[in-house]
Amino acid sequence: MLKLFKIAIRNLMRYKRRTLLTASLITIGVVFVLVFVSVSSSFKSMMIGQVTDSFLGHIQIHREGYVASIESLPLTMNLGPQAIKKVEKAIRKIPEIEVHSNRIKFGGMFSNFVETTNIRLNGIDPAEEIKTIPLFPARIIEGEKIIREGEILAPELLAKGMKVKVGDTVVIIATNKDGSVNGRQFRVGGIVESVIGPGGRDGYIHIEDAMDILRMDEMEISEIAIRLKDFDKLHEVSSKLNDVFSKKLNKKGKPKYEVHTWEKLHPFYNIARMIDIMTFFIKLMLIAIVLISIMNVMVMAVYERIREIGTIAAMGTMPEKILSMFVIEGFSLGVFGVILGNILGIAIIFILNISKITFDFGRQTGLLLSPTLHLQDVFLISIIVIIISVIASLQPAYKASKMEPIEALRYV
Amino acid sequence: MSLITAEKISKKYVKGEIEVEALKGLDFEIEPSAFVSFVGPSGSGKTTLLNLVGCLDKPTSGILKVADKNVSHLDRRMAASFRGKTIGFIFQDFNLIPVLTVYENVEYPLLMIQNAASIERKRRILALLDAVGMTEQKNKYPDQISGGQKQRVAIARALVTNPKLVLADEPTANLDHKTAYMVINIMKKMKDELGTTFVFSTHDQKIVSEAEITYTLEDGKLTGGEVKKSHA
Repeated sequence: MLKLFKIAIRNLMRYKRRTLLTASLITIGVVFVLVFVSVSSSFKSMMIGQVTDSFLGHIQIHREGYVASIESLPLTMNLGPQAIKKVEKAIRKIPEIEVHSNRIKFGGMFSNFVETTNIRLNGIDPAEEIKTIPLFPARIIEGEKIIREGEILAPELLAKGMKVKVGDTVVIIATNKDGSVNGRQFRVGGIVESVIGPGGRDGYIHIEDAMDILRMDEMEISEIAIRLKDFDKLHEVSSKLNDVFSKKLNKKGKPKYEVHTWEKLHPFYNIARMIDIMTFFIKLMLIAIVLISIMNVMVMAVYERIREIGTIAAMGTMPEKILSMFVIEGFSLGVFGVILGNILGIAIIFILNISKITFDFGRQTGLLLSPTLHLQDVFLISIIVIIISVIASLQPAYKASKMEPIEALRYV
Repeated sequence: MSLITAEKISKKYVKGEIEVEALKGLDFEIEPSAFVSFVGPSGSGKTTLLNLVGCLDKPTSGILKVADKNVSHLDRRMAASFRGKTIGFIFQDFNLIPVLTVYENVEYPLLMIQNAASIERKRRILALLDAVGMTEQKNKYPDQISGGQKQRVAIARALVTNPKLVLADEPTANLDHKTAYMVINIMKKMKDELGTTFVFSTHDQKIVSEAEITYTLEDGKLTGGEVKKSHA
């Protein structure tokens, strides 16, 4: 076997320029895919992190039908005390869940005594909320990074438009679920940065204040946001929750509660999917590059060595050995390209990391690009290239192994 | 007992719409340890005959036995296996593998075809390289040695598996007279030392005189069915 490799490598070195050219093509392909995969996955992870850790949470639970009518933030579809207990009991039974946060979401009017506009508000328990969405404090761009009772975190764009500053007094007017209108004064405790997606331009108040303004005797919540210990178990936990809640049916025979992962709640999921599709097509391009370049080289190698094939076949070399000689040659070429590609790719990714490149996404500016390469990506890409190299060599190798020695020896 | 027995072997080719009868019912026998030449003009069927005896091709009709085996109907794999064990080849253009050194070229059949053990391989290769006078060039590549040296390497390669029969198609055609004689003499020497049967084709009358037995082929027939023995 070692001898076969030795012969294969010597045959490759026989046409140095052609071998180097083909290996370079494979190398460029591998580098391109590695850099693209690392940059896109870093961008994706960062954006998913921004979405889930700064306002959405990993999973949300609502009363059935709430998400469909989320634009109107219906208070009539809130979860009552009994429902909250049941849901929280179910959550506690799932060890993969780290923490959850209850939210009251409602629409109201925001007035600075000069102007009045509409506002969407979240009533939250600050301690629970920060545990569930740890990047939330980073969104508070002015004021203290905490919500106290009697204070409001005003959305950035609204505050700018209404010329509201930290420390100002504003009035929030809201209608409770019975239709009664109530108003309360709040001190602007901070300005919260807007982010892309539903709920990204909401204001925040303390949950006790939300209950007060909505005249709730008992807590009724709109959604429960969940944070997992391990984000990779998102779908596993979502399935578990769905299994639990599918048994709890309402009068119409439908499940009382609905479980949504962040993917169903935020449009960035579609961008993430597009990135995945692009990655897939870029991998396909790599496969095509490897397939065509190796097949081309191996077809030429077979045609150039017809008399040699005839000689070794005449001496009694079995067809499978002739086949393996050419397959090993293609395999070696693939391995050479992969090794070179991996070294260069990792070097480029390292340079990108130390270059501290930043980019803007929507209204978020200065996001640091930190491409990371997972070992499984390197392994997968390497395996794909090597397998394709072998596949590309098979046809020419098969042709070589099937040559009649008498005809091959006559070939000029 | 004969090493090669041919009974009414014929070979027909179809070239386009024309059928060409390259060999026409040949009968001959070759004994073990013989040094035999087939002579004749171009197109007389020498190469076709050697191809049949070398199991590279099959006769259209007749029976051909080599080393007691009827090789008239061997399939591809069986023919390859038989060649690897029984027959050595020397080609007109030497056909050494250019990426292998002299030593590695001789080693090739032992390693790739017979899977001989390392110590045994080394012993046989060095002995043969010594016998053909190529020990000093053992680490050179084919493009670093002369035509005569290449053919000596080819002889060593053909003999390294201890075949019963070595076939050489025009082994001296690409060599000058002096080198050609030297190559033929090496072949004779190896035949004497190892008892291997050598069958070669040539149209060089001076080389023919070195053969112990000479068959003349003309237009696919052994001329008059006669066997000419140059040496007793």
